[in-house]
Amino acid sequence: MVSSTDHLDSLVTQEYKHGFVTDIESEIIPPGLSEDVIRLISAKKDEPQWMLEWRLNSYRHWLTMKEPNWAKLEIEPIDYQSISYYAAPKNPDDAPKSLDEVDPKLLETYEKLGIPLEERAALAGVAVDAVFDSVSVATTFKDKLYDVGVIFCSFSDALKEHPELVKEYLGTVVPTGDNFFAALNAAVFSDGSFVYIPKGVRCPMELSTYFRINASNTGQFERTLIIADEDAYVSYLEGCTAPMRDENQLHAAVVELIVQKGASIKYSTVQNWYPGDENGVGGIYNFVTKRAECRGDNSKVSWTQVETGSAITWKYPSCVLKGDNSSGEFYSVALTNLKQQADTGTKMIHIGKNTSSNIVSKGISAGRGQNAYRGLVKITKGAEGARNYTQCDSLLMGDKCGAHTFPYIEVLNPTAQVEHEATTSKISEDQMYYCRQRGLSAEDAVSMIVNGFCKEVLKELPMEFAVEAQKLLGLSLEGSVG
Amino acid sequence: MNAVALTEYYRSALAGRELPGAGLAWLSDRRSKAFAAFQGFPTTRDEDWKYTKVAAIEKRLFQFVPGMCIGLDEDDIEQYLIPGLDSYRLVFVNGQYMPMLSSKRSEQPQGFTVASLSLVLSEQPEAVESVLGTIADPSDNGFAALNSAEMADGACVILPAGQVADKPIQILYLTTAGGDDIVAQPRNLFIAGDNAQATIFETYASMGDSTYLTNAVTEVSLGANAGLNHYKCQTESGKSYHVSMTQVDQARDSRFNSHLVSLGAMLARHDLNSVFNGEGGECVLDGLYVTDGRQHCDIHSRVDHVQPHCRSDEKFKGVLGGRSRAVFNGKVYVHVDAQKTDASQHNANLLLSKDAEIDTKPQLEIYADDVKCAHGATVGQLDETAVFYLRSRGLDNEAARSLLTYAFVGEMVDRIPLAEYQQVVRGHVLARLPGGDMIRALM
Amino acid sequence: MLQVKDLKVSIDGKEILKGISLDVKPGEVHAIMGPNGSGKSTLSHVLTGREGYDVTSGSVSYLGKDLLDMEPEERAREGIFLAFQYPVEIPGVNNMYFLKAAVNARRVHQGMEELDALDFMDSLKEKMALLKMDDSFLKRGVNEGFSGGEKKRNEILQMAMLEPKLALLDETDSGLDIDALQICSDGVNSLRNKERGFVVITHYQRLLDYIVPDFVHVLADGRIVKSGGKDLALELEEKGYGWIEGIDAA
Repeated sequence: MVSSTDHLDSLVTQEYKHGFVTDIESEIIPPGLSEDVIRLISAKKDEPQWMLEWRLNSYRHWLTMKEPNWAKLEIEPIDYQSISYYAAPKNPDDAPKSLDEVDPKLLETYEKLGIPLEERAALAGVAVDAVFDSVSVATTFKDKLYDVGVIFCSFSDALKEHPELVKEYLGTVVPTGDNFFAALNAAVFSDGSFVYIPKGVRCPMELSTYFRINASNTGQFERTLIIADEDAYVSYLEGCTAPMRDENQLHAAVVELIVQKGASIKYSTVQNWYPGDENGVGGIYNFVTKRAECRGDNSKVSWTQVETGSAITWKYPSCVLKGDNSSGEFYSVALTNLKQQADTGTKMIHIGKNTSSNIVSKGISAGRGQNAYRGLVKITKGAEGARNYTQCDSLLMGDKCGAHTFPYIEVLNPTAQVEHEATTSKISEDQMYYCRQRGLSAEDAVSMIVNGFCKEVLKELPMEFAVEAQKLLGLSLEGSVG
Repeated sequence: MNAVALTEYYRSALAGRELPGAGLAWLSDRRSKAFAAFQGFPTTRDEDWKYTKVAAIEKRLFQFVPGMCIGLDEDDIEQYLIPGLDSYRLVFVNGQYMPMLSSKRSEQPQGFTVASLSLVLSEQPEAVESVLGTIADPSDNGFAALNSAEMADGACVILPAGQVADKPIQILYLTTAGGDDIVAQPRNLFIAGDNAQATIFETYASMGDSTYLTNAVTEVSLGANAGLNHYKCQTESGKSYHVSMTQVDQARDSRFNSHLVSLGAMLARHDLNSVFNGEGGECVLDGLYVTDGRQHCDIHSRVDHVQPHCRSDEKFKGVLGGRSRAVFNGKVYVHVDAQKTDASQHNANLLLSKDAEIDTKPQLEIYADDVKCAHGATVGQLDETAVFYLRSRGLDNEAARSLLTYAFVGEMVDRIPLAEYQQVVRGHVLARLPGGDMIRALM
Repeated sequence: MLQVKDLKVSIDGKEILKGISLDVKPGEVHAIMGPNGSGKSTLSHVLTGREGYDVTSGSVSYLGKDLLDMEPEERAREGIFLAFQYPVEIPGVNNMYFLKAAVNARRVHQGMEELDALDFMDSLKEKMALLKMDDSFLKRGVNEGFSGGEKKRNEILQMAMLEPKLALLDETDSGLDIDALQICSDGVNSLRNKERGFVVITHYQRLLDYIVPDFVHVLADGRIVKSGGKDLALELEEKGYGWIEGIDAA
C-alpha cells in the first residue's frame, strides 16, 4: 500500500501542502523501534509536545505487553525491530515503471472488476504521473464539505489545524493500552483520517478514502478518528475495492468513532489486501482495533465489513452503547481462501437503558482457509431492557477449510433479550451441479450462491460498493469449486 | 416410597388384571420384559429428567380401575370433539375403550382398521405382532416401561399399502370427575403401509379437576412414502399428571407431520422421537405450550438422522406465566452416514412473569460432514415499546399485553392447516391467556 | 432424440450401469422402474453430466450430437432438463432470479432474445397457478426451507418455464402425498406434446397411474431386464421386485 499510492499521494499533497512530502522521500529511518525513533517521527511530523508524550506513554506501555495468542491463528513470529516505522515509503525507483512490470494476474483482476485503465496503474503502484485528476476531485470535494462545516482531512492536517479536537477525543475510545497492537499503533502511527461532523449536520456525501487519495496511503499504522456531534450523520467508506499492491507485512490500524446524542455513523469497509499464495507465503497481517462509543442517548453506529484479503485478519469492530436507546449494528462478510485466516467478529457492550444491537456475520471458507466468528455480547447490570440479535452463518467450500463460531454472551441484567442463531452449511457439488443443470455456468453459479449467502450484509453497503464487493467475492473464490 | 416397594406395588396391581391377548406368547413376553425394565420412575439425576421432578407421582399410588361404570352419552362428550369434523372416532374414558361413544361398527372404514387395541389383539393380533412394543423402548424410562408392561388398550390404526384414509381419525381420551388417583395408560399404535396416508387427532381432556395420571405411549410405523399428520392437544385437569412418549419409525420417503399443543396438567412431559431408517424422509415437529400458576411442562424430542437426505424441522413456542416452569430439550442426532441431512430446531419463549422459569436446550450432535443444521432458542419478555405503542393508540395495558402475547404464540396455531381444528386450538389457547376474551371479541 | 447404446458406467471402479440401451423418440414417455441401488439415479446423472462417473463404454447421442462430450450447462441449454430426486437448496438466492437466469441462459444459447421482466413474470405466474403455488415462492431462496413436496413442485415449475426438449424426472413422486402427486402429474401431463420426450424414473408404480407411459423398462443391477408397455408396471406392482430378481438370475 505504501509504494502503491504513496507517490500519487505525494503528487496530490504537493499541490496544497509544502515541504512535507519531499522531506519524507529523502528521509530514511532505519528499521527498529525505540523512544528515539518515536521522537524522530513526532519531530518530522512537527507534532506538539503533548502528542509526543502520548506516543511515548503508549510505547512504554506496549513494552510491558505481550502479543495476544488467544485467537485461533497461526502466526509467524513478527520481528518488531525489523520493521521500518514512520511509514517509511518505498523509494519510487523500486516501484514498477509501467504496467508491463506488474503481475499480470493483478491486472487481469482489475480488468474483471471493470476498473478504468488509468486507475489500474495507480492501484498497481506504477511510478508514473497520476493520470487522472485526483487533485480536482479532492478539492471540489473539500470545498463542498467546508461549506457545511464538515472537517475531513488527514490526521496530520487535523493535528495542525484542529489540535483541540484531536486532543479532546484521541484515545478516548481505544485507550493507548487497550491491547498490544493498539498500543503499538498509538506509539508509531503514521497518518490516517480525521472527520468531524458538527451538530445537526447531515454529511452531504459518502466520505471515502478511495477518493481522498492523500489519506489512503497511511502505511502500516493508520489511525482514524471520526466524531459525529449531536444529531449529526455520516457514512464513511474505507478501503478500496481492488486488490492493492502492498509490500508491508503488518498492518495495525486503530479506528475510533465517537457518536454523540442523536448522532449516527455508518462505517463501511471493503478489505482485499494481498492474501499471500496458496501456501500462505506473503500476505498481509491485518490486526485492527475498531471501536465506536455511542455516548449520547439515541445514538447509533453501524459497522459493515467485507473482508476478502490479507493472510491474517484479526479484528472486532465494537460498539460501546453508553447512551440510553443507543444501538449498534455489525454486518460482516469474511472470506478466507488459499491459506488465509480470519478471526473476526464484534463486541457489543450494553451499558445504557433500552440499548439494542444487531449482529449478522457471514463467514465463507474455501481452500485451506480458516474462518472464525468471535463475538461478545455483554449486558451490564444497569442495562435495563437491552436487546441483542445475533445471526452467525458459515459457508464451507471444500473439505480442507474450517469454520468456527465462538459466541460469548454475558448477561447481568434479567430484563435482557438475547438471541443467538448459528448455521453452518456447505457449498456443495450438488449445488453446482444443480445450477449447471439449469444452464448456468460454473462461474455464475459460484457467484450466485455466495452472493445469496451474503445478501443480508451486502445490502448494507452503499450501492457502488456493494456491486464491486459482489464481483470481488466471485473473484476471490475463482477456482475453489467446480 | 423406594423403587423396590414401588415395583412391588405395580407388580401386584398388574398381576390382578386380566389383560387382552393374554394367551399370546409374544405379547406376554414383551410385557414381562417391559416390566423387568421398570426400575422406578426417573429422577433429576437422569440427564433426560434433569429439570423435571416426578416425585409427586411416585408418592401417590395410582390405581388401574377396570370396569368402572360410566354412564356417559354423546352429549357429555360433544364439547371435547372437534366441531364439524367428519371423522372416524375412538373414545376412551379413564383409559378404557367406549364402543358406545365411538364410531359404530357399521361406520367402520373400508379397507383399513380404526379400532381399539384390545379388539385388534383379540381379533387380528397377527396384524400388530411385528410392530407392537418394538418401536418404543421400555427401558427408556420408568413410565414407558410401566405402559409397556400393560399394553392393554388404546387406539390402533392400520393402513395397508396404498391406502389413503378417506376421513381423519379422531381419538378422545377423557377422564371423569371424581376419578382421583386413577392411572390411564393409553397404548396407541399407528401403522401406515407403503404409500398409505392418514390424519390423526389425539385429544386428552378432563371432565373434572381430579388428580390422576395419564401415561401414554404411541408407536408409529411409517412405510415407504407413507404420510401421517399427527395432531395432539392436551388440556387435562390442572391437578393431573400427563406423561407421554411418541416414538416414530420412518421408512424411505415417509412424512411425519406432528403438531403438539400442551396446555393442561400440573405436570406434563412429552417425549417425541423419530428415527429415519430410510432416505428421503421428512419430519416436522411443531408445537406450543402455555403454562401458568405452578404448572410444569417438559417437551423432549429427539430426531435420529440415520440415513442420508432426510429433513427434520422442529419449532416450539411457549408462553409462561405465574411461577410456572417449562423445559425444552430437543436433540438432533446426525449419524455418520446421514449426509445431506437438513435439520433445524427452534424454541422461542415468552416469560410473562418474573417468577416463571424456562430451561431450554436445543442440541445438535453431528457425525456426518455434509449436512445443513440450524438451531436457536430465544427467551424474552413482552416488548415494552410495542405495549406502549398500543396503549398510545387507546388500548388499555392488559389488552395491549394480551394482544402481543397472542401474536407471539398465534404463529403456531396458524400453522395448523385444518381450519376446524385450528379454531379449537385457538379457543383453548385464548382461554389460557390473560385477556383472551378480549382478543376473541376482536376476531 | 436420445439414443443410449450399451452404456457402461462406473463409480470409483465399481460398475453401476452394465450396458444400458435406450431409444427415446420425440413425444414418447419412457418409464424406468427398479429397486433401490439398481442404477436409476446414476443413469439420470450421467445423462446430465454430473461429475464423478466414469463412462467405460457405450455412447449417448442426443439430437445427433455426442451428449457425453458436453458440459452440464451445455446439455441444459440444448434442452435437457432433470427434475432432481433431491432438489438442492441454495440459500439466499431468490427463486425468481435463479429461474430467470436459467431461462435466459438457455434463450441466449439458442439464439433467442432474453425475456424481459414483464414477459417473464406473465409466463411464470401462469405456470405457478397451474401448480397451485402462491406468490411467496417467488421471494424465497431456491428450495430454501421448502418441504419435500414444495421442492418437487418447484422442480416441475422450473421444467415448465425452461420448456425442455427432453425431460428426465428422477423419482419426482417420492415423498409426495396424494394431492401433491396429482398436482405435479397434471403439470407434467400439460407439458406432454409431440416434440417433447420424457424419461420418468420411479420407485413406485403409483406414479404411472397419473403419468401414463408409452414404454416401461425395468432396471435391475445395472441392466434393463425387461421392457414393455404400461401393463408391465402393473405386473411389477403385483409381483414385486423379487419377480425381477428372478428374471435377472435366470
